[in-house]
Amino acid sequence: MVGSAPLWAVLVVPAVLAAFTVVAAGWDAVLAARSAGRPVTGAVLAAPLAEVPRLLAAQRRTTLAPDALLWRLGVAAIPAAAVLSAVVIPFGHVAVSRMTVGVVWFNAMEVLTWAGLWMAGWGPNAVLSLIGGYRYVAQGLAYELPLMFALICAATGAQSLNAADIAAAQGHLWFAVWMPAAFAVYLVSVYAFSFLGPFAYPAGRDLAGGVTAELSGPDRLALEAGRWLLLTSGAGMAVPLFLGGGAGPALPPWAWSAVKTLAVLGLLVWGRRRLPVIRADRYAELAWVVLIPLMIAQALAVALVVLTMGGPP
Amino acid sequence: MLQLFLLLAAALFAIGLYGALSQQSIVMIMMGLELMLNGVTVAAGAFWHYLAPASAAGQVILVVVVVAMAVEMAAGFAVTTAIFRARDVDMTDMAADLKR
Amino acid sequence: MTTAVFWILGPLAAASGFMVFRFSSMARATIALLVSFLASGGLLIWLGLAYLGTVVILMMIMEMVIMAVFMIAYMMNPAGLMPMAMYHNKRGSLAISIAVFALLAAGIFAAPWPRRAGAPPRDVTFQLGAALMGPQMLTMIVLGITLFATMVASVVLATHRGRYDRFGDDLKRRPPADPMRGGVGR
Repeated sequence: MVGSAPLWAVLVVPAVLAAFTVVAAGWDAVLAARSAGRPVTGAVLAAPLAEVPRLLAAQRRTTLAPDALLWRLGVAAIPAAAVLSAVVIPFGHVAVSRMTVGVVWFNAMEVLTWAGLWMAGWGPNAVLSLIGGYRYVAQGLAYELPLMFALICAATGAQSLNAADIAAAQGHLWFAVWMPAAFAVYLVSVYAFSFLGPFAYPAGRDLAGGVTAELSGPDRLALEAGRWLLLTSGAGMAVPLFLGGGAGPALPPWAWSAVKTLAVLGLLVWGRRRLPVIRADRYAELAWVVLIPLMIAQALAVALVVLTMGGPP
Repeated sequence: MLQLFLLLAAALFAIGLYGALSQQSIVMIMMGLELMLNGVTVAAGAFWHYLAPASAAGQVILVVVVVAMAVEMAAGFAVTTAIFRARDVDMTDMAADLKR
Repeated sequence: MTTAVFWILGPLAAASGFMVFRFSSMARATIALLVSFLASGGLLIWLGLAYLGTVVILMMIMEMVIMAVFMIAYMMNPAGLMPMAMYHNKRGSLAISIAVFALLAAGIFAAPWPRRAGAPPRDVTFQLGAALMGPQMLTMIVLGITLFATMVASVVLATHRGRYDRFGDDLKRRPPADPMRGGVGR
């Protein structure tokens, strides 16, 4: 059904993830240029890539009495979490890791961003950075439970925690069609754990950048790249979980996976510019009072459907 | 190999016990308790794998221990918050009400 | 291979567990505890308990981050800028813990451990799930009720504003008087 790729494929995961991230960043640059009225040229598309050598060569900032160990560890944990979470995403019919509990692993690795971003906020011994880190923890407490329930809905629908099994169980009907609430909450949570778009509260402009305020040079590159890598990893996981994986006519499975991932990424990047930033304390009440009961009801509906029909429809 | 895992579990338990007995602050005592339960978790996993993998009892014990960890942390922090609000301290020495 | 993994993750877990009580910085102490838990989660995954190991990693990351927030709130000297040692009866507790470890080690080496009974099933997670939903349903129910009781008790202990503060003495004020309005307006 799904083969486990050879060991060198572990190096392929960061490369493929980075490639999709560059496409997403390019699309974001195109949208920014169009909304500013500037013409879209090749330079606009290459602007995100041009940031990489600039940031690598820039000077690293230090602050007074930082906790250097936690600071660097936290900043490095964000892209590491993104790459580790992408290890279980099946691309076409190939997954680097054929873990039986792939969905739980994905969840655990994106939770690593909690620790990473809190440490990145705490490390520099600076007020705005600290507030940004704490904002992310507050946001995390809000988005995490609805996300977990959304993942449980997908796993219940396929009766398996393996991402490839979940993709294979959508032969007749995509999960996004008959569990739409779970799909919507999952997409919202992808914004939340990559703190982009409506959930850019920890790195908000009212905090002069929040967690990114005291970062420059390679640290800033790691954190900003980490955010976009997390967005890409979340979009990539949406495909086997809710959009049928690599299934589709005409094209080979890996091409369908790529097309669907790019579609979800395009939607997320477009939505990033349209939606206002939500404050974590307002979202917390919405998440706990509205979204969690909704997701529990969705999980109940999925379980009833699976029990009466003997499997996914 | 089972004995090595159990030795690790005993080491974690002993370190946690040292912390739980010697620390003054309530939250540090809780960290010691968490380490003790961590040791029990490793021991339960080793027992399941090396003695009875065909039975689910080892895994159920592990689930119970992990839930106990979560419950202990939640209740401990709630109690600490309550004591802090009432007396503005977080040391066990100053919360020794039952001592005569 | 198991021995190599054990000798990497095992001493890591024990050493970072010990460092929890040696760091002066509360943030570092909490992260050391997190490293200890990640190492034991990794050991559980290596023992074949994929689901439980991953759940331990997941839960412990969240728990340690929340614990870090509390540690920094309640402890003075959270950044460890001054050296700090807050102990009482250090030698006594060290003696007790070494004695307990010696006792446990003696028991570990002296006990006649039985032979392995059976092999791991093909789907370890399903074994756990089927047991919790079947023969161990009582355990599941007790765990559920315990967690619910903990949630209620923690909120009751920790909150300092009740219904009458929010809704007024006749419980009729709408919207409730909160310092921060939530997103739903309740």
